[in-house]
Amino acid sequence: MIGRAGRSGRSAWLWLVLLVAAVIAAPVVAVVVDGLRSTGSVTLPADLAEMVVTTLLLMISVGVGTLVVGGGLAWLVTVGRFPLRNALTWMLVLPLAMPAYILGFVFLSTFDEAGPVQTLLRDAFGAGWLPPVRTLPGAALVMTLTLFPYVYLMARAAFAEQSPTTYDAARTLGASRSRALYAVVLPLARPSLAAGLALVMMEVLTDFATVQYFGVETVSVGVYKQWRGSYDFESASQLSVLVLLFAVAVLAGERLLRGRARYTQRGGRGSGPEPVHLTGARGWAATLVCLLALGVGFLLPVLRLTGWAIEEARRDADGVVDYRFAEYLANSLTVALVTALACVAVSLVVAHALRMTGGRLPRAAAQVTTFGYAVPGAVVGIGVLLAFADLDELVRAAGVEGGTGLLVTGSVAGILYAYLIRFMAPAYQAVDASLTKVNTTTTLSALSLGASPMRILTRVHLPLARSGVFVAFVLVLVDAIKELPLVLLLRPFGFSTVSVWVYELAKENYWEKAALPALVIVATAVVPVYLLFRQERLIDRHPGGTA
Amino acid sequence: MRTPALVVCTLALSAATAGCGIFGGSDEEPADIHVYSARHYDLENAFGEFEEETGLKVEFLFGEDAELLQRLETEGEGSPADLFFTVDAGNLWAADQAGVLDPVESEVLEGAVPEEYRDSDGSWYGLALRARTVVYNPDNVDPSEFDTENTYAGLGDPKWQGRLCMRDSTEAYTQSLVTALMESYGRDEAERIVQSWLDNDVDIMSNDILLLEAVDAGTCDVAIVNHYYLARELEEKPDMNVELFWASQDGLGVQLNLSGGGVVTTSDAKADAQQLLEWLATDGQDAFVGDNHEFPVNPDVKPDEAIEAFGPFEPMPIDAEAYGRLNADAIDLLEEVGYE
Repeated sequence: MIGRAGRSGRSAWLWLVLLVAAVIAAPVVAVVVDGLRSTGSVTLPADLAEMVVTTLLLMISVGVGTLVVGGGLAWLVTVGRFPLRNALTWMLVLPLAMPAYILGFVFLSTFDEAGPVQTLLRDAFGAGWLPPVRTLPGAALVMTLTLFPYVYLMARAAFAEQSPTTYDAARTLGASRSRALYAVVLPLARPSLAAGLALVMMEVLTDFATVQYFGVETVSVGVYKQWRGSYDFESASQLSVLVLLFAVAVLAGERLLRGRARYTQRGGRGSGPEPVHLTGARGWAATLVCLLALGVGFLLPVLRLTGWAIEEARRDADGVVDYRFAEYLANSLTVALVTALACVAVSLVVAHALRMTGGRLPRAAAQVTTFGYAVPGAVVGIGVLLAFADLDELVRAAGVEGGTGLLVTGSVAGILYAYLIRFMAPAYQAVDASLTKVNTTTTLSALSLGASPMRILTRVHLPLARSGVFVAFVLVLVDAIKELPLVLLLRPFGFSTVSVWVYELAKENYWEKAALPALVIVATAVVPVYLLFRQERLIDRHPGGTA
Repeated sequence: MRTPALVVCTLALSAATAGCGIFGGSDEEPADIHVYSARHYDLENAFGEFEEETGLKVEFLFGEDAELLQRLETEGEGSPADLFFTVDAGNLWAADQAGVLDPVESEVLEGAVPEEYRDSDGSWYGLALRARTVVYNPDNVDPSEFDTENTYAGLGDPKWQGRLCMRDSTEAYTQSLVTALMESYGRDEAERIVQSWLDNDVDIMSNDILLLEAVDAGTCDVAIVNHYYLARELEEKPDMNVELFWASQDGLGVQLNLSGGGVVTTSDAKADAQQLLEWLATDGQDAFVGDNHEFPVNPDVKPDEAIEAFGPFEPMPIDAEAYGRLNADAIDLLEEVGYE
């Protein structure tokens, strides 16, 4: 929080944050209001209490799991040099690219009782020594191994931007390597770890595809059952409010985790501790750990999909890629790029405005912009529809013939708006985590030297929070390419994306046909992730070099 | 200096979020008939054939049942949809209840679609049927083990302990099956039946293909699946060790799910939409059920060879209103007994 000096001139920034928050929160508010306003009897699921407990258990186990796996791997690739490290460093982000609506089936058809893995084990060693897969621990394991990249990416960026002097000072003062890690490095990375963890928790909360496959009844499953099975959107939206409350708790927890501490550091953007060369068996062990983490959420599914795609190509060589392929891909990429740019721009402006104004109100408003991530995707979609229906009513009431017309579902505008709502959280978390670490005195100095807030944004905050900005961009891009429920619900006629294409086939169990487009989704993530790591020198850093 | 910068920021934001309608519309001429469909099987081929025959261009948008219905409702008068297709009798009933379907009077449709597979007011017409029946692994099961009168309920017999696999409760087909049991036997008895499956340690899976793979591998002896998945799998893997058994043939008959559609109230091309619906119920039946191995609803149209090989069967009567009305109760029941 910057002091009161010069505050009057910056009130415009306050209004901007409030405006952005209002625009982004409108659909979520529409759902909440719709849920609470409903006069009809609302039926809540009979086993709601059990659902709440299940949700909590899953959130805690996946949270701990991703923190250990994501944080651990980030530390490993930061401090160690081992075989394949450079490739693995960026590949560890790729599980994020695997769509949940594909992974559940691929995983179970591979690892469940009748799948090839267990059949092989049964033939070799006899029956009954593998625990059942389709359980809460099974779901927790799979979700951990697909969601850890959120923590990993944030932690990796955080470790890399820590100035080496901090770690070196601790070591010079006699701290062991692990003591330096626990006492210096981890506390400094806490905002980033907390941000990654919050994202993971929200993913767990709103996931439907994976939990449904594993027979785990979270509150989100309740939402969908109530809605799709009972045509009861009121009850479903009330349940969504419950999901949202969970998310509020998560975000409050994240603030608590960050505490009152400041995370700014001297010496500007650093380059992290100098890596140690892991030789021989230790080096290969490190490689193996990374490969294991990648195996379940990425390597095996990709292998299986590739197998199916080849089978399909053998059967029907012409049918694999048809003429619409390029169009769908272009649509996916355009929407994802525009979304990523918009989310990053808005996040940056909001985070910057917070610095300029401070105070509880804008801080709360900024938090509100991230709630779209904490409501099941399809509910956000309906929220957008409802919000625009209300707007239409208002415009009509104001005397405009025909109202707003078919604004949401008649063009791509609805999808982009919904994506902005949905993906503000990953963008804002990443940008904010990075900007938090910029010294407030830096901002104040710039202010006192007469720089305008806009100039501070572009010349001070943007360059210093650069790694967060890049991380935000890539996270949103990867998320937006695989996103399904919103585009399915809001797209206009004649508009389709790769993810819709995959889902149309997967829903009808044409897995062999769905394999190739699913691989395309995964492949599109490779380029931005690789570029991010190169650009940010997260792969191979020059000793002592600052970006 | 500050104000222009802010304006630029705000403008950039609004441009990014709202100004991107450019890649929304395609250059192609607009279609004559717009279809919202929660089913996707072979619609493309069927609509292509229709276009060739009539010159009317059809465009469709695939989505989830509940979501599409909600979209139709909120779009209101502005909705581009002319026809709405969905995959479950309960969903057809719900769409009618929501008032988005317009009754159609048509001799062609009344002649083609048997009375039990259409709405009495003509708000919707069924087009294809999916049978939800029992499949088994012939190495482990002798078909004489099945209760021929109440096959679904009979799976609660202790002799099936540890041998059953079924779909999860989020699946509409599971909900419909339980609804059918409730409608046939009453709620208490239906609850007892579901409980007896659970007592037999039924293995609950989340995909019909996974069920078939499990029966094939012998990790399950018996499963309840949709008939066309077996037909399709057998086409690809003829040596699959799975046989089909028509359930409850000496009793109420096999449970069916009806897929169909109706003309949307706000449509501005109702005559064309009706023409498409009529075509799908007659000449277009083959194309509509086509490669998906569903049963055509029109008795004059023969089912394809793969499913004819399963032999004839007696269907359980469909009461769309009961499916629509009782579905929520079925979900409650499943939750109460703890069926995941």
